[in-house]
Amino acid sequence: MVEDSASTRSFVRAILEDPASAAAMGALEVTEAQSGFDAMRLLPRARYDLIITDINMPDVNGLELIHFIRKSEHYRTTPLVIISTQATERDVERGKQLGADAYVPKPFSPEAMRETCARLLGSGNG
Amino acid sequence: MAENTGGGGRGESAGDKAREEFFSEAQEIVDGLSRDLLALDDVCRRGGSDAELVNDVFRAVHTLKGLSGLFGAAMMSGLSHELENLLDDLRLGRIELTAQVLDLLFQSVELYGRILAAAKGDAPEPAPEVKALLAALGQVAQQKGGGGGSVVAQYELDPGLLGVLTEYEEHRLRTNLQAGLSLYRMRVQFQLATIDSALDDLKSKTRPHGEIITFLPTGEGGDSESVELEILVASRENLGVLKGAVAGPNISVEEVRRRDGGPNPAASIPPPPFEDAARRDASDPYSVSISPPTTSGGDALLDEINAASGGASRTSAPPPAPSFPPGPGAAQPGTFPPMGLPGMPLPGMGANANANANVSGNQRELTLRSVTQTVRVDIRKLDHLMNIVGELAIVRGVVARLSERVRLDPDLKEIAPDLHRLHRSFDRHLAQMQNGILEVRMVPLGQVFDKLARIVRQISREHDKQVNLVITGAETEIDKLIVEELSDPLMHMIRNAIDHGIEDKDERMRVGKPPVGTIALNAFQKGNHVVLEIEDDGKGMDPAVIIAAAIRKGLVSESEAREMSHKEILTLVFQPGFTTRDDVTSLSGRGVGMDIVKTNISKLGGVVDITSDIGIGTKMTITLPITLAIISVLMLEVAGRTFCMPLASVEEAIVFDDAMIKTFEGREVMTQRGATLPIVRLAKLFHLEGWRPGVWINEAAATPKPPEVRPGRKAKSYCIVASVADRRVGFIVDRLVGQQDIVIKALGRSLKKARGLAGATELGDQRVGLVLDAAALINEVLASSPEGRIAGALEGPRSPKPASDVRGDGGML
Repeated sequence: MVEDSASTRSFVRAILEDPASAAAMGALEVTEAQSGFDAMRLLPRARYDLIITDINMPDVNGLELIHFIRKSEHYRTTPLVIISTQATERDVERGKQLGADAYVPKPFSPEAMRETCARLLGSGNG
Repeated sequence: MAENTGGGGRGESAGDKAREEFFSEAQEIVDGLSRDLLALDDVCRRGGSDAELVNDVFRAVHTLKGLSGLFGAAMMSGLSHELENLLDDLRLGRIELTAQVLDLLFQSVELYGRILAAAKGDAPEPAPEVKALLAALGQVAQQKGGGGGSVVAQYELDPGLLGVLTEYEEHRLRTNLQAGLSLYRMRVQFQLATIDSALDDLKSKTRPHGEIITFLPTGEGGDSESVELEILVASRENLGVLKGAVAGPNISVEEVRRRDGGPNPAASIPPPPFEDAARRDASDPYSVSISPPTTSGGDALLDEINAASGGASRTSAPPPAPSFPPGPGAAQPGTFPPMGLPGMPLPGMGANANANANVSGNQRELTLRSVTQTVRVDIRKLDHLMNIVGELAIVRGVVARLSERVRLDPDLKEIAPDLHRLHRSFDRHLAQMQNGILEVRMVPLGQVFDKLARIVRQISREHDKQVNLVITGAETEIDKLIVEELSDPLMHMIRNAIDHGIEDKDERMRVGKPPVGTIALNAFQKGNHVVLEIEDDGKGMDPAVIIAAAIRKGLVSESEAREMSHKEILTLVFQPGFTTRDDVTSLSGRGVGMDIVKTNISKLGGVVDITSDIGIGTKMTITLPITLAIISVLMLEVAGRTFCMPLASVEEAIVFDDAMIKTFEGREVMTQRGATLPIVRLAKLFHLEGWRPGVWINEAAATPKPPEVRPGRKAKSYCIVASVADRRVGFIVDRLVGQQDIVIKALGRSLKKARGLAGATELGDQRVGLVLDAAALINEVLASSPEGRIAGALEGPRSPKPASDVRGDGGML
């Protein structure tokens, strides 16, 4: 999960590590990155099954990160979710063009987040 | 918090921890927001603009909106939503940053603060204010104009790069090019482990010369531990200057050329004003297309590029004009494949997966550690730790006594040195631990100063007075709890200084002062105290006017007034009931709520003093202890009870003899080094006079006898000279016990209202020592008649002192 807000990271982590999430898609282990660079540092160190990223972040923005991620052999098809309160639809649209699979607008409910992730993890593995 | 009910379920499932983090993060963001706005205000007043700051503000609000949405904070979310729209318009150049818009932004910061306070249950929600602000924001939004046209198409930019710009970055790129800046492309190789600091370094080198539009990882030239970034920079400088500024081993800089080979705008054409951009565009022979403002959806830039490069299709067009230099290890020109094509493998991410196994443990640790370097800690946890330190201090005392006993016991002589060493070591480590915890509690005063700067701006605009706030010592550190309690009193004092101190512009000119008033806010550490000075260069306080008001209010009689010193007169403004608002406006003095200011400062263990000269200005000085958590005290005994006098207030302790007492105006005083020192018997003050030295009337069984008090022998007593600011009083006590660091605990319900007591502390043998509130005692003694009006403090709350009791103390002060 790439997100520069610590609270949002905590929140998403709480949702994804909730028993309800485990029931829906198996136990998840969440790794937090607080910037695009953090993500770039962390991504090669493991094989992540799902990537969640904000768009509006300092330095490397979410779109640039998606672009970068999709160029990688390992992460070319990894399910990727955009979370953002970004006002402009254009950026979200760009994100999808760059290869994001879903967009969950903030504020999101735990259910919406959970359902989106479960759906993507289900299809992505198959 | 009321507004949470809608999202309550969510909040609970996310956990209280996330919720607490939300509050502290929101507060941090609001603080940062405030700082950015002040900086922005500064830039604007000098006629400049700072796109980066505007964007920082936008990002802050954007984050607040996201957070408040997640946590169901409806009011904050609503406010943030409107603000974000406004800021989005601002940063995308759709509306102009005027003083009016800045006002709205400052108001929102204020409201954020109040909403957060309400959420913690400290205050009611500012619902009407938020509503009014939302309406005002809506009005501003209607004034929005269109964005500029575009010149981006004229440049040899890769569609792949343009595809990953956010709308904001796209806008900045366009604005800079329209303003006639040149565009440069830097390629920089970064080590991932150190990228944050290296990037900061590069940013600070670049910033004086231009604006960084974006950072894009190229996916080339890197390996598992490094990455290559392409950085787009707009600058007025020529290539040589920029190259010189950022020069480094892994950096290459080149200019992004215009497609038609047109002139480098930075080199020759003076930058046209922004408003002219659209017109210039239209008449520019090089201009290929003018696109409508891209406020929503669409790929206007890509379309422009495609149009410019012959209308090739977006998805399959090769880069129109590959112009990248071969970077280190990069073979292909035209770095970015068009979007939608499968990407090339990344050396750092895929192909080297095995190589990652070779990363040394050290490097891995470094990489992971850089993710989290700070932790947020609830201050209650620190208080808890501090309490434990307090308990350990008691244990230390017991160990010390044991060690002493062991030393004296011939049978245990052998282990005595070991026990002594152990005790010393324990002592040292405990002190370190205590200091460590205290250090964590310390925060710079700058936190509260930022808020004050905002207030000054707001009030000076309201009153149409120009005021310059000069802050020194913002880095001075003080206990976090004190900082939190300081903002209201300081705000009051600053408001008064502007309201009643600083004259309006015409008046200032008339008396030969600079038209802009100055309020100096100085903070510095002085021993165990932090001193805060608020000094204005206004008209000063007129003693005659203060006296007149005080007499009118019945605070002093005319005959008393005649005897008062200049300083005593000024101090009258701290009397409850001295002023009411209607009075103040007609009064050249000040004093709106100054009694409350004084009370609040006293609660923090501090004092306020005033000096003022008519026509020159007024200076208020606040002296505060550095921390509330732990204090060094002098333990003393009165009537068989142990009291603790904060060491910070103790000037000296002298052996006292009744022969030293003199009487002056019905009050007991003594002469000390040529000065008259008012003295008071602590036993009398607290109605403990039943006890005489050597004779235990109460608690004879319960309290161990102090060794040196022997019946039949005249006992020595001591005078402890305590001072707060420049007020001094001698307290007569029976015995000095020694010095100790104690953790102060709040008094129980029955003693809470007792004046002169700051709290209690455990003494280690199941006894409790009362901690004296030196400031309150001194003020009480000096303000009251010699008969000891504080008496009864230990018997329960006493009725408020009648205002008529306030009288001068002759020339004693």
